[in-house]
Amino acid sequence: MSERIRDEIVLKLDRVTKRFGGLAAVDDVSFGVKRGEIYGLIGPNGAGKTTIFNLITGVYSITEGEISFLGKTIGRGPLVYRGEKPEKAKLLQLKPYEVMSRGMARTFQNIRLFKSETVFNNVLTACHAGADYSIFGALWRWTKGPKWLTKYRRQEAELKEKTEKLLDIMGILEYKDMLAVNLPYGQQRKLEIARALAQDPQFLLLDEPAAGMNPEETIALMELIREVRDRFDLTVLIIEHHMDLIMNVSDRIFVLNFGKPLAEGTPAEIQKNHEVIEAYLGKEDEL
Amino acid sequence: MSWYYIEGILIQSCYTMLIVLGLSILTGYTGMFSFGHAGFVCIGAYISVICTMALGINYWISLLISGLCAMVLGALLGRITLNLKGDYFCIATLGVGEAIRLIFNNLQLELNVGGKHFVLDGAKGVASVPLKTTFVGSLIVVIFFLIATTFLMNSKHGRNMLAVREDELAAQMSGINTFKSKMLAMCMSALYAGIAGGMLAHYFGYIQPRMFMMVKSTEYTIMVIFGGMGSITGSVLGTLLLCALPELLRAVGDWRLVFYGLAVVVIMIVRPKGLMGGKELSDLPFIAKLLGKNKAAKKLPTSDNGKEAQA
Repeated sequence: MSERIRDEIVLKLDRVTKRFGGLAAVDDVSFGVKRGEIYGLIGPNGAGKTTIFNLITGVYSITEGEISFLGKTIGRGPLVYRGEKPEKAKLLQLKPYEVMSRGMARTFQNIRLFKSETVFNNVLTACHAGADYSIFGALWRWTKGPKWLTKYRRQEAELKEKTEKLLDIMGILEYKDMLAVNLPYGQQRKLEIARALAQDPQFLLLDEPAAGMNPEETIALMELIREVRDRFDLTVLIIEHHMDLIMNVSDRIFVLNFGKPLAEGTPAEIQKNHEVIEAYLGKEDEL
Repeated sequence: MSWYYIEGILIQSCYTMLIVLGLSILTGYTGMFSFGHAGFVCIGAYISVICTMALGINYWISLLISGLCAMVLGALLGRITLNLKGDYFCIATLGVGEAIRLIFNNLQLELNVGGKHFVLDGAKGVASVPLKTTFVGSLIVVIFFLIATTFLMNSKHGRNMLAVREDELAAQMSGINTFKSKMLAMCMSALYAGIAGGMLAHYFGYIQPRMFMMVKSTEYTIMVIFGGMGSITGSVLGTLLLCALPELLRAVGDWRLVFYGLAVVVIMIVRPKGLMGGKELSDLPFIAKLLGKNKAAKKLPTSDNGKEAQA
């Protein structure tokens, strides 16, 4: 395909299983996302798509298998598969913020903004990795003087500049003093993406970004995702129910059904796959 | 009314304000309800009294020590309870607050340092504490902490706390160490309460565990909510009003606590988000104009405009 997709595997799931009690929400799922790719994750409701997101971002612990990001393991269950047979492994469970600070960012299926804060502060809060002044550093705010005295002013100015730039890119700069909760629905989605981008991610996870949008808005969003990917050189993992959007925007698609992997391939391949069609539309009656 | 009487109320308002300011960081900004704050005040009061009376340490240094002791206790408590969610955290703090009071209720202590004889006798408490807390002194302390808190809340640390209050999962996903933010809030609020406890002890001249009952903790939480969560101006106003109110209502005698309750209920109905509703003094239009900030004056785009822009 095009040159923006490189062979380096950014995110790799290695036979990952997650059980809630007796139910396997995610069952033996493996896939790798290449750098620069837009990777689609689809499946009927309850297939375990959001559970995979929560496993990657460290919200849930893994029951079996291993997840690695940028060549480093970020999550490992008590059992892994190196060969055919499962073997015991040392449990590894990073805290969500540790996972995210390695270069990931995500949005949520049901928008989760800092509701009663302004649009500006929503994005500013996510920029904080760029400032390292201490608690006491926040107390002296000299505008001139040696570096350690002006640290607060300098870093805050940098964060604010970055925030304005991001809001401008997403086209919501005019709303910056509004409370996030008062934004129209479509703009809230954009704000959530802006907040995710504020973390300088290399890898962006989008959980049903087009949920509740009309067809025009969905097309606009598709363009936006492409544009953002090119501008920030991102790798994107996207969950979506709008088939138009996912078939158009993805480079490769992974299909889940009842937690189990069903198929993987380019949009064209997936559209022809009988098993996928069955999972979505049901089996044809044999006469 | 004599100046002596008014000064007393003002000193009480000062140290109460310090406690409420600390609680505002924990409850108003970080969204963790604590009903055990009187416990931290209790620790602060006892530690400072032991410092000044038994060990002969200077009043100001003893305030600092009592604050730090309360902070250490807050940190230990936070380590155990901060992973609890909402109501469970509330119950845990309630238990700890009462436990601290009961420990001092049963504690017998006799110290002999450098010829000074110090007795701490359980429920009887400690009497004849030197009256070191003056109005000017406590005003300076409160103003210092008021400025420090304002600065801190306007920095990334404060914004992290707000993010935790708004949506903890989203905050974690934005790369914020939410446990650290909650811990910071907990430590700061315990520090404030500890210092205020020292001031309280040296104002009344005696302390006994009965002064730190759960009712007190509830009163502090009411002040935070009355003033408006997430607003320092609100906390200040809430404290001043609710400290002065029982005194102003002395005219109605036994009915004053009824009127106190009534006032709180009326305010919560008229302004459900508290007096300031999460806004600061500098957010009010006329003050903003005064400060040269025309942020509030600028017309915001309505949602109708937004839809057009989107299409």
